[in-house]
Amino acid sequence: MALLEIRNLSVDFTTASGAFRAVDAVDVSVDKGEVLAIVGESGSGKSVSMLALMGLLPWTATITADVMEFEGRDLRALTPKARRKIVGKDIAMIFQEPMSSLNPCFTVGFQIKEALRLHMNMDRATRHKRAIELMDMVGIPAPESRLNTFPHQMSGGMNQRVMIAMSIACNPKLLIADEPTTALDVTIQAQILDLLTGLQRDTGMGLILITHDMGVVAENAERVSVQYAGQKVEDQPVYDLFARPHHPYTAALLAALPERATSKLLPTIPGVVPGQFDRPKGCLFSPRCAYADDRCRSTPPIPCGSELGLARCHYPLNATEEVKA
Amino acid sequence: MSDTPVVIAENLSRHYEVGGGMFRKPQVVRALSEASFTLHLGKTLAVVGESGCGKSTLARLITLIEEPTGGQFQLNGRGATRENWASLRTDVQIVFQDPYGSLNPRQKIGAILEEPLKINRPEMSAAERTAKARDMLRLVGLRPEHFERYPHMFSGGQRQRIAVARALMLDPKVLVLDEPVSALDLSIQSQILNLLTELQERMGLAYLFISHDLSVVKHMADDVIVMYLGRPVETGSKEEIFAGPRHPYTKALLSATPVAEPGLEKQRIKLAGELPSPMNVPPGCAFAPRCWKAQDRCHAERPLLEGATHRTACFFPEAGGTPSPAAPKPAT
Repeated sequence: MALLEIRNLSVDFTTASGAFRAVDAVDVSVDKGEVLAIVGESGSGKSVSMLALMGLLPWTATITADVMEFEGRDLRALTPKARRKIVGKDIAMIFQEPMSSLNPCFTVGFQIKEALRLHMNMDRATRHKRAIELMDMVGIPAPESRLNTFPHQMSGGMNQRVMIAMSIACNPKLLIADEPTTALDVTIQAQILDLLTGLQRDTGMGLILITHDMGVVAENAERVSVQYAGQKVEDQPVYDLFARPHHPYTAALLAALPERATSKLLPTIPGVVPGQFDRPKGCLFSPRCAYADDRCRSTPPIPCGSELGLARCHYPLNATEEVKA
Repeated sequence: MSDTPVVIAENLSRHYEVGGGMFRKPQVVRALSEASFTLHLGKTLAVVGESGCGKSTLARLITLIEEPTGGQFQLNGRGATRENWASLRTDVQIVFQDPYGSLNPRQKIGAILEEPLKINRPEMSAAERTAKARDMLRLVGLRPEHFERYPHMFSGGQRQRIAVARALMLDPKVLVLDEPVSALDLSIQSQILNLLTELQERMGLAYLFISHDLSVVKHMADDVIVMYLGRPVETGSKEEIFAGPRHPYTKALLSATPVAEPGLEKQRIKLAGELPSPMNVPPGCAFAPRCWKAQDRCHAERPLLEGATHRTACFFPEAGGTPSPAAPKPAT
């Protein structure tokens, strides 16, 4: 049984100018001890789908899903109170901007201990000990004195570590890291990613890594799911995805990496991600796709089989002859 | 043409005084110290480093937004002193990182593009200005009908094109690009990089390319300056720096950059600690507290940039030329 199983998740936002579908029929499944990376550009719905799982979306959002199970428990049927027992304890999330995600009015020690107080039934002394232990784990020097500092007194890298310490405080079974290193410098990024993958190996938790950096994906993920304009367009193990992308979007994205460039001019993807009012009728990628024909422009494709990386495409790339037949 | 130096900088420094009060001496932040380099027409000089290393300060000095507190530089053969600023400013333009913040939301694209001409070319007629702005719009790959639109109607990539167009309106020689693609998505990033490459070939522009993304730098740059805490620690051609980094910091930076190649075995150098505050730069080598090779001499004495073309400021440089020598002991 998968640790997390989501099928056909859709999120609609009610906006002043009509309904907007931010996430469209996305499936996510993560096993224990697995590192899943979700990649996509801004507006591809990668953060929104995870916020929907956490129940952190505003009331303007309508969430529908066929299956939304964590350890076999249906998250849709839970009361908000029962759900809060899981969220923050068994499922934890690291947010993108450490500077704006921590509360500036409380010390970081208080904020780490809050999770322990609410979920773990620890007494004050144990909480204090555990907080120091956590800060030591995430590599914060002199943890005893740092407990009493406020977020503005520390650097971005330190605050991100505090966020990680908070999220792993209750030994979560699933950790969702939403662009955990985007705001950080590369040397700090390397430290944080080593820390996360190390924790994942040691504790056997599932890890969902949301990112747009293909380098981070290649070095840390086991399986990759690619999202485009709210849809999942491909899902493959990391080696296969980089070697044999099946969806034209994935292939174009990989070709656009400067480090894979063969000439001074890079291959580009023309156009931009479709917005609320210019969603194409057929395949969402068809206006920008080099291979699109009339069928792509009129009929939305359904995902292929797992041998083709679940590519949402009529004409998947790198298909072997047997599979085609 | 590509041999003509258009910017020659010697020991550029910029120090800021912060804090202080009636009875307290202000502290000095050494944002940039002793940066020397030459930038040629048609070439790209990349400045790499982490936040707080003085990249943006360097950009502000070269763009004549601020005056250096030490050292000097020549722009287009003339000393960039305060008296010359007004006449030199049209030769150097800047493109900022955030295309959402750097365009006036109340101006139409046409007005944004014409404004530099209005101020600096008073002899031009309104018709000439409009014609030039429309030409420029086409040059950066936007359509004529975009002329009458407002910035909010454009995507991030298009806005960055507008910012580039605006910078080129006065036919500058030098374009300072302060993280021009870090706010953009991957698929848009390559469009903008291509645009910059094409414009450079067509107009012979010199680029001062400021970035923290080493894969972009590797693609765009001819020469590279690696900075750490306000000082250049290694300079050289792109090939020299990427194939045989000599300064331990450059080496660490390269090894920390994720490569989009799964399963690639590589020795990642783990740096301990974080950047020290620029208010109290450690004596000696600024990198010594985080360096795995540091010895007593590094903590006491500051190394100078040494070497002919590939210069590095380190007492114990890595063997140059060999891409990856034996794995160094990671710092604890």
